[in-house]
Amino acid sequence: MSSVMKIENLQAKIGDKQILKGLNLELEPGKVHAIMGPNGAGKSTLSKALVGHYDVELTGGDIIYKGKNINEMEPEERALEGIFLSFQHPVEIPGVNNAYFLRTALNAKRKHEGKEELNAAEFLRLMRDHLEMLGMKSDMISRSLNEGFSGGEKKRNEILQMLILEPEVIILDEIDSGLDIDALRAVSEGINKMKDGKRSFLVITHYSRILDYIEPDYIHVLKDGRIIKTAGPELVAQLEEHGYDAIEEE
Amino acid sequence: MANEGLDKAVSGEYALGFEIDIETDIIEPGLSEKTIAFISKKKDEPEWMLELRLKALKKWETMTEPHWGKLDYEPIDYQSISYFAAPKEGIDSLDEVDPKILEAYDKLGISLEEQKQLSGVKVAVDAVVDSVSVTTTYSEELKKHGVIFCSISEAIKDYPELVKKYMFSVVPMADNYFAALNSAVFTDGTFVYIPKGVRCPMELSTYFRINALNTGQFERTLIIADEGSHVSYNEGCSAPTRDEHQLHAAVVELVILKDAEIKYSTIQNWFPGDENGKGGIYNFVTKRAICQGDNSKVSWTQVETGSAITWKYPSCILKGDNSVGEFYSVAVTTLAQQADTGTKMIHIGKNTSSTIISKGISAMKGQNTYRGLVKINKSAEGARNYSECDSLLIGSNCGAHTFPYLESKDTKGQVEHEATTSKISDEQLFYLRQRGINEEDAVSMIVHGFCKQVFSQLPMEYAVEAKALLELTLEGSVG
Repeated sequence: MSSVMKIENLQAKIGDKQILKGLNLELEPGKVHAIMGPNGAGKSTLSKALVGHYDVELTGGDIIYKGKNINEMEPEERALEGIFLSFQHPVEIPGVNNAYFLRTALNAKRKHEGKEELNAAEFLRLMRDHLEMLGMKSDMISRSLNEGFSGGEKKRNEILQMLILEPEVIILDEIDSGLDIDALRAVSEGINKMKDGKRSFLVITHYSRILDYIEPDYIHVLKDGRIIKTAGPELVAQLEEHGYDAIEEE
Repeated sequence: MANEGLDKAVSGEYALGFEIDIETDIIEPGLSEKTIAFISKKKDEPEWMLELRLKALKKWETMTEPHWGKLDYEPIDYQSISYFAAPKEGIDSLDEVDPKILEAYDKLGISLEEQKQLSGVKVAVDAVVDSVSVTTTYSEELKKHGVIFCSISEAIKDYPELVKKYMFSVVPMADNYFAALNSAVFTDGTFVYIPKGVRCPMELSTYFRINALNTGQFERTLIIADEGSHVSYNEGCSAPTRDEHQLHAAVVELVILKDAEIKYSTIQNWFPGDENGKGGIYNFVTKRAICQGDNSKVSWTQVETGSAITWKYPSCILKGDNSVGEFYSVAVTTLAQQADTGTKMIHIGKNTSSTIISKGISAMKGQNTYRGLVKINKSAEGARNYSECDSLLIGSNCGAHTFPYLESKDTKGQVEHEATTSKISDEQLFYLRQRGINEEDAVSMIVHGFCKQVFSQLPMEYAVEAKALLELTLEGSVG
């Protein structure tokens, strides 16, 4: 089995605090990996480390993506190479038109891949198709990026970006937080649409609710900065019943 | 994130720092009655103008340089400045502009040859180099509509009645130290008169270029919009890269009569000096508009990216009932630049309304101050003001300061003020980078978003220029 991403003995700090303490994880192509764990276990730090966030300082270990060590790779290069993070709290950027932003991002990626850039009309057609699918209003084209969006709108906008950018490794950080049932359905539908047998998903979640909609292949339990257990989806029920404390390290 | 990276991204090189290689007539440094007599004679002015100039000099000599601005600079030695410099050929024959000047203006993106102007949009230009206006385009065509568009020196000779009536009527001769200095020594500038009911058929503009060494530029602009008329006027400016500071002290007066409107836009790109504060223009400017008649309107839009020191408060006196004043500003200070800028809205007429949108951007060691006054007189029943002052900090060595003043004598007046200071947050930058947008483009996207409300006020071709300039100022040195 060849993995698309291999995380070996990863150690990382935020400020002075050691958060990841030797984390091992392999993402298989086409599979959905769920990371579950209690608050403070290091779930968000892991997602930040994978995309090269400034807050995270790697103190040991390797992140191997498509056979290459990306520990030092700039965030935008990782993005162009196909790593996508759906943010837990997408930031508001006033005055930056949502469609303009997304077209710039898509064209950066297309350029990187040696493809022709899309003009405004071509891009709008693409964007409209996806908006409809996600049940989003067409004013999403002209509004400022995430500015004044409701929690649900922000999350749908993350999924919209994912659909348009077509990344290869998709990290979803607490994608279901703050979503009502309709938004949750739309978001899940978007995610499931992206499953093509090649893309890998890393679903980081505190609650199991989202896993009813996106069927995971693996459940990894993250506790105190390490993956302490990996199992199939049946583990979810066990975690629901007994909590994280009952999990013994393998 | 490392500050170094950001600094590198915001220390754009000054692209217009070239020198026009022309012979210049320049007088010895120093300021006295003799200097003023020389300027007046050189311009072949009538006696009454000389008298006014000398009166202004007398007043200036009794005044002291103001230091209430949040600006730190070396004292200006007014006797070491040369008060008149002019390209040699330009003076003898105004019809024949030195080809080197034409070339230089081409380089600045401004065509002084009417037939060469591209696209369908005509823009008339008054080109001022150092102390003189070298040419004014489309004057003849404008004349057919009754519009007067010429240099102020010509207006003094050709339209003395208009000049006598309106010059010093908005900015009195001794309004402030720099205005008094200008009143005494002003050398050129633009004069515009739009007759009753005329909508000016093209954009008017002035492009100021400081070229000579060791001189100051003191231009004076007077625009009169007669009843029911409309004009959109734009000014731009630049100067060569020099190690010495140069003084620019201008005065702009706008008179708007009943039902008329003036839209005045500035793209200020004087040489800013270097990151240690060496060189750069000292820009001390007095701009004021009076909405004299009912239902008149004035709108100031400024994009200030240049100068080592900027001291400038384009103001609106809203005298006519229902008159409207607007101030839209983007001020950028990077390197070691300092700007103390804002506006004054003086509400006198009934139901007058004003809007202030100020966006300050500070980077590197830049210091940016918004200073604004909203004054509502007792007579201004139903007056309304909305102010919004936002500051954006890039990096951690720069500063932003806001000083809004409010004086309201009308208890029913509505005044709203909002102010924010934000840093280009690492989170915003990271968000864009995570989507594959490089750091430089991400910074410029955030900054443009921040300035959007102001840029949308500029005429289209100037908005494009302003965006490009902002990009150059903030990120020219990367890549």
